[in-house]
Formats: sequence, C-alpha cells, structure tokens
Amino acid sequence: MRLSELPKGSPAVVDRVDDAHASDPIAQRLRDLGFVDGEPLRVVAIGPMGGDPLLIQIGSTRFALRRAEAARVSVRVEVAA
Amino acid sequence: MSASTLKIALVGNPNCGKTALFNQLTGGRQKVANYAGVTVERKEGRFTAPSGRVLQLLDLPGTYSFEANSPDEQITRDVCAGNYPGETPPDLIVCVADATNLRLHLRFVLEVKRLGRPVVLALNMMDTARQRGIVIDVPQLQERLGLPVVETIAVKRGGARALIERVDGEVPAAAPVQADDAASRADLHAQVRELLAATVTMPRATAVIDDALDRWTLHSVFGLMILAVVMFLVFQAVYSIGKPMTDLIGDGFGWMGAQAAALMPAGPLQSLVTDGLFGGIGTVLGFLPEILVLFLFIIVLEESGYLPRAAFLLDRLMLSVGLTGRSFIPLLSSFACAIPGIMGTRSIQDPRDRLATILIAPLMTCSARLPVYALLIGAFIPTRRVFGVFNLQGVVLFALYLAGILGAMAVGWVMKHIRRDKSEHALLMELPSYRLPKVRDVAIGLYERGAIFMKRLTGVILGLTILMWFISTFPSPPEGATGAAIEYSFAGYIGRALHYVFAPIGFNWQISLALIPAFAARETAVAALATVYLVGGEASGLGQALAGQISLASALSLLVWFAYAPQCMSTLAVIRRETDSWRNVAISFGYMFVLAYAASFVVYQVASALA
Repeated sequence: MRLSELPKGSPAVVDRVDDAHASDPIAQRLRDLGFVDGEPLRVVAIGPMGGDPLLIQIGSTRFALRRAEAARVSVRVEVAA
Repeated sequence: MSASTLKIALVGNPNCGKTALFNQLTGGRQKVANYAGVTVERKEGRFTAPSGRVLQLLDLPGTYSFEANSPDEQITRDVCAGNYPGETPPDLIVCVADATNLRLHLRFVLEVKRLGRPVVLALNMMDTARQRGIVIDVPQLQERLGLPVVETIAVKRGGARALIERVDGEVPAAAPVQADDAASRADLHAQVRELLAATVTMPRATAVIDDALDRWTLHSVFGLMILAVVMFLVFQAVYSIGKPMTDLIGDGFGWMGAQAAALMPAGPLQSLVTDGLFGGIGTVLGFLPEILVLFLFIIVLEESGYLPRAAFLLDRLMLSVGLTGRSFIPLLSSFACAIPGIMGTRSIQDPRDRLATILIAPLMTCSARLPVYALLIGAFIPTRRVFGVFNLQGVVLFALYLAGILGAMAVGWVMKHIRRDKSEHALLMELPSYRLPKVRDVAIGLYERGAIFMKRLTGVILGLTILMWFISTFPSPPEGATGAAIEYSFAGYIGRALHYVFAPIGFNWQISLALIPAFAARETAVAALATVYLVGGEASGLGQALAGQISLASALSLLVWFAYAPQCMSTLAVIRRETDSWRNVAISFGYMFVLAYAASFVVYQVASALA
C-alpha cells in the first residue's frame, strides 16, 4: 500500500521508498529523513484543500508531504499481535 | 590552527535550536552577510572564552543531510568538508541536536562524524526533554558515539556553559574519515536505532501540547479560520502601526528639509537638499517601520512554529499557481509594501519557488498605490449605490485589489508552464514543536533585518531618488516661461516622448510625465500631476482639474496601469539585491510593463467604444 492511500489515523510501518525516476532526490531525502524499512508512522492530518498535503507522524517528527511525495513510500499495515 | 582563535562551525538539522544557541553564545556581536554569489546568509560571531581565547563561530544553514537538495545545504556541506572557496575549514564542528527528537537528529550527527573532523555534540533543549520524561544516558551515548557530548539549553541564560567549557578545552580527536555510499547511508539508520535503544527512553513520541494545538490549527475548517484571523492581525498591524510611523518619518524629513532650505538661498542646491537629499532619505527610512513590524510578526510566527502550519494549510492553493505554501506570507505582506514582502521570501528555501514568489509579489496592491486610486476614483467614479448596499467607489477599489491578485495568479500559472525546470520540487516540510518565542532571538532577528535593509539599500534608493530629482529639475525653465518648471526639464522631454508610447492606452502627455516621478515612489504621481496641472497640493482641486481634462476611459486605463505597472524603483532595487541578478530585474520590469500596457489598452479601447 502507498502512504498516499493510508487512511488518516491508522498506524502502519514503512516498507521502502521507491524512486519515481532514476536518481530521484526526493526519494533519497525521504530515506534520509527516516522513511526506512520498519519505521512506524501514521497520517495525522490532511490538508483542507483537495486533501493535500498530508501530515505524517514518523518517530517524534511531523512531516508535511504532498501526495506525490507520499506515493513514493510503500507501507504495510501490521495487525497488532 | 592559530593558538589564539579557534574557528567553530555550528551545524544541525533545521529546528534544532542552533540559531538560539548562536545568539546565546555571541549576543549581539554578529555579522550577517551573504555567501558570495548566492543569497544564502552567512552569519558569523565571535566571543571570548574564559581562557581568553577568541572563538570565531560560524552559523551554517540547517540541513537534514549532506546529500544536499538546496543551495543552503550545499554550503553547509562544503564549509564542513573544507571545500567552500574563500572559507577556511573549521577547526571544530559543533553539531547541535534536539534532545526531544534524537531519532531524526542523530543520523545527521553520524553523517558529520564521518567527515573526519573534530566534532562536539550539543544535546539542546534538554529542559524540554526532561519535562517530557525523556531520559538520555549521556555518558553511554558519548562512549558509543566516540564524540564528546554536552547538554545545552539554548533559551536559558547560562544554558550553554557546558558547551563553552568543552570547546574552550582541548580540541577532541577526529574520527576516521568514512566513505559515503548508498549502503553506508542506509546503515546510518541502523546505527541510530541501536544508539537509541541503548541510551534513550521516551515515554511518548510527541509532546501532548503539540498534538492538542495541531488538532485545531490544522483542522480543515477551524485551521483556516485561525489562519484568517492571524493574517488579518498581521495585515492590520503593518497597516495601522507601520504606516503612520512611515508617514511620520516622511513628514519629519520634509520638515527638516524645509528647515535646511530656510538657511540656504533658493536655487538648485536648495532643491537638491530638500527634495533630493531629505526627500530621498525620508523615503528610504520610511520603509523601515513597515519592514520592522512585518518582520516582528514573521519572526514570532516562525519561532513559535506556526508559520509551517500556515504553509501546510495553503500549500495546495499556492501549488496550483506554481508557488508553495510558504509563499503566502511574503505575498500577504506585499499588500502593505512589496519591499518587506520580497525580503520575507528568505523563509522559502527552494530557490525556484522563492524566485517565483519574488516575481509576482509586486502585483499585490501595496499601500503606496492607494493615494493614486483615491484621487482617480474620487474624481471619476460616482458615489452611486450598487445593489442597494455597496458604494460604487468601494466596488471599484475592491476590483483593483482583486485585479492584482488574479493577475498574480495568472502570472504564476503562466510561469509554471513556461519555465524550463519542470522538475518536481518537494514540500517535505517538518512541522516543528510549538515553542514560545524568546525576546532576545526576536530582537536579534529584527536588528539583522533592519541592518540588512539600511546597509544594502540606502545607497541604491538614495542614488535613484537623486537621479529622479535631477531629471525633474534640470534644465531650469527659460526666462518668461509660463508652464510648470517640470515641463522644461529632462523629465518633461521624456514625458512628451513617452506620450507617443502611451497615447494608445489613453494617457495625455501630462500623465505620461507624471509616470516618471511615480517610478521613484508611486504616491508622488499625485504631486506630479498637481504640479503639471498648476493646481495647489489640494487633492480635491486636482480631482476637479483631472475630471475636466481627461476622459473616463483614460482614468480607468490609468487605474489599471497602476494596478500592474512596474513603477517603484525601490522594489526593483530589492529584487536586484535579493536575487543577485539584473536579469531578474529585467524580467520583472518587462513582464509587468507588458501586462500593464495590455490591460490598460483593452480597458481604454473598450471604455472608449462604450462611451
């Protein structure tokens, strides 16, 4: 599932970040910011106009990502054990 | 390395409290300049350590990674690596990390360590970390990192004592240089996780207060309402605090000019002193209150953490016209005056988004256009009621404001489609924790902005003002001349020449002539028209004179011209300063001229045909 499709409030875990094109600086920056395999995150807010951008809580940080940016992040919803 | 001075570079993620720490260490003793060739700020300060050693501190732009995405980040990387031309490599790097957000900040610490230079880690905001119940095993962290670690509270007096003692002591040994490749970069996250697991316990990932505030400020309805109130207050303050002070300064300098003139014989020298010198300085200083009031708000909003929230709410709207959420506040402040607005674009990190914002900022209806609008609307638009409630004059004024906004959106949209760089520019914006702005940081920020304006612009604006005075004064009218003196000056000749250009949009030669001094400051168009029509300074008399002399079509065309035209040379001077490029000045002048001419042409031709 793409992070851009994740419903607001439901917890998920990062799988990986995919490059939208060769040597994609935005994808690299997302990885540098901690969007790496196994990091828990959730969508905490959605922009008021057209549902863009998204506010993502990852670790102790909140990042605003446009949907096109969030679409690079592949996430999985883990069922609590 | 010199024995007496030690060069220290301060680095860290954005929002780590680095600038507050820099202010704490250096107080008011700092120099702000730009890095050569770019508009990224270079901040340097000095302080004397207890040992008597002078420490030279360089505040580098905040960055998340050395994989640089913006000019700011490139500079940070190159200075740290010792590759920046004209900058000697630092003897010591102080890496600042927010103790409440080590998961994000420690990765950059590890990246800095790999440069193989001596590094000290400053764990900042330790007070907030303790309040939130975050426990950090500092000795353990220090051992695992292999770097000296000190605790700091940048916002508290004496909160940097441990850091000063540490940097004043022996310079720590550097870690070995490590290669930078994709595999080792991915490995950094694994190292951060290990470090955190071993040294940090956090009861809760976020601050309770942030969650509570964000629930309101980012709400789709209440968030926008809060934003509207905040923006209304900012706009009102710039207008109602800044503007009267601006007028007071203008009047004050006018009075001083008059006093000086009384001491001198009449003639060109007297006129240079009163109109050129005092008038020019008054104009320049007059911008200062508006700039300071606006920056007071921008700095407070930025320090408190609200500004990125505003950008979040408006990003979609601004993106649709080729801008970014962060463009909003500079554009809003351009309604008071484009000069502080353009200077305010420094809060936009992406250079392409920043330039787009600078180019459209002058289309916002600034307060200097109001006297011209008031004169023309008063003289030509009847005080009729529209739909029983609205005053037609007010409707026209509103339409002019709206014309500016719609024009700006159209220009933004066109620029988005014609620019060569169509690559996707990311928002990727961190929303930091809310915090109370500190008086000292706000004061230092204001002082820096004011000093930049005074130092860099005074010369340009003053020079151009004196040039305008010169062409409006010389040559003097011949003996027995009957018209106004300005008719015989260079400006008079230029005005008559311009008349050929402006006739198709309905301007007579008097209006064309008045456009020349209006280029120095828009509001002077009124005075210039008064001069050429040989009426006193009274606006009502001028209004009647105008109504008798020019047609309604010409008046409407002139209103539209003022809405779009590139008229204020101070704005162009600021564009030159802020973008470091004459090309951008030419682009903004050129497109606004074409836009204004085309719009006025349509209005004049349509209105003439209907009349």
